[in-house]
Amino acid sequence: MNKFFKSVLGLSLIASAAGLWITAPRTVPAETFTSLTGDATRGEQVFWTGGCASCHTAEDDAQDDRILLSGGKAFVTDFGTFYAPNITPDPAHGLGGWSAVDFANAMQAGVSPDGKHYYPAFPYTSYARLNPQDVVDLWAFMQTLPPSEVANRPHDVSFPFSIRRGLGVWKVLFSHPEPVVTGDLTAAQKRGQYLVEGPAHCGECHSPRNSMGGIDYTRWLGGAPNPSGKGTIPNITPAALDWSEADIAEYLSSGFTPEYDSAGGEMAEVIENTARLSDEDRAAIAAYLKAVPRISQ
Amino acid sequence: MSYITKIASVAISAIVISTPVFAQDAKVLEAAVKARQAQMTLYAFNLGLLGDMAKGKVEYDAQKAQAAASGLTALTKLDGSRMWLPGTDNESLENTRALPAIWAEGSDVGEKSKALKAAVAAMDEAAGQGLEPLKAAIGGLGGACGACHKAYRAPKS
Repeated sequence: MNKFFKSVLGLSLIASAAGLWITAPRTVPAETFTSLTGDATRGEQVFWTGGCASCHTAEDDAQDDRILLSGGKAFVTDFGTFYAPNITPDPAHGLGGWSAVDFANAMQAGVSPDGKHYYPAFPYTSYARLNPQDVVDLWAFMQTLPPSEVANRPHDVSFPFSIRRGLGVWKVLFSHPEPVVTGDLTAAQKRGQYLVEGPAHCGECHSPRNSMGGIDYTRWLGGAPNPSGKGTIPNITPAALDWSEADIAEYLSSGFTPEYDSAGGEMAEVIENTARLSDEDRAAIAAYLKAVPRISQ
Repeated sequence: MSYITKIASVAISAIVISTPVFAQDAKVLEAAVKARQAQMTLYAFNLGLLGDMAKGKVEYDAQKAQAAASGLTALTKLDGSRMWLPGTDNESLENTRALPAIWAEGSDVGEKSKALKAAVAAMDEAAGQGLEPLKAAIGGLGGACGACHKAYRAPKS
């Protein structure tokens, strides 16, 4: 009996140590970023590719020309309601006191400067694929934006998702920054892969998720129910998207479909971002979308 | 007839008269929706040639491009007031995705219409001047169409 008790105690100690180890926030290697210098002009391109403004701009500010990333937009999901935070350079309410390494940890490891996990409503699972130079360039650009003193609204998340530490397990299971599509790709397709799988984070909406909110990589870009509950987000693999590469590139530029209707819903906001990319990058995205595995409907 | 009965008879005849007018109204509203959808189809038809030239799907032809752009300009001159009657939103009628916000207080649909006219005027200037000017003007048109659709059109159900 004593022996049994000891082994139970031993096993539970091992289990909790393993639990603590798995759930501990992991950070990026600081030296990767401290050795780089950011370029704000290049960073602006990363900013539009990343679609940062679509979520972090306050809703009542959307008509304004300036980029004020004061946050506040609500995202209703099965796990609770998330509110986009203030990511302006304001020292008290935004990212004013952050270093480039803090920013890289947020973007690529989903970890805050005080060592807490972020919820994956923030698509760090995709941003983890950014190359380090793009991260520091983006950071340089974000510091040129106007500050806002709007305070962050806490997320409204129910138990057990309210325990942030548990996200460590989620990350081990579902955050895989390696490339999704493998095999021989042309230079343009590779560039498209980088953009789609990384900064543009297309797969976050266009791929289905499992019951725990992890992306189902076996059905990459194969379409998904809309988390808002209304309608579906389309399958954009060649099994469903029969547009030519020129059609796709034009859609990402002007929002015109091949029938010359214009983009609707959330995609209209995405087009506001992709309209600012270079012709080459839009063509690269189109080339990649033709190369992804077909996912039947 | 006393004053009271006069009022009563006027009121009754108003009700009697308004019933057929109401049925007539439904037809007017439906016709308005059909007309503006036809206008949208014609926008798409003319844009289609310009867009296909921009994409390289159709060879650039200055005369044809100019004709299509002039078509867009003509479309912006149609009187919108009869096509966008109050009561033709997607809560009142079946065959439309037009949101009630178009007619609600604070609607900036007039501003958006002006922005479309400006974008069409820019295309009318550019279309006959060459493929590069045409390409440069397409984005602005897409932005003007999209801005209104994003704010005032329900997603496809």
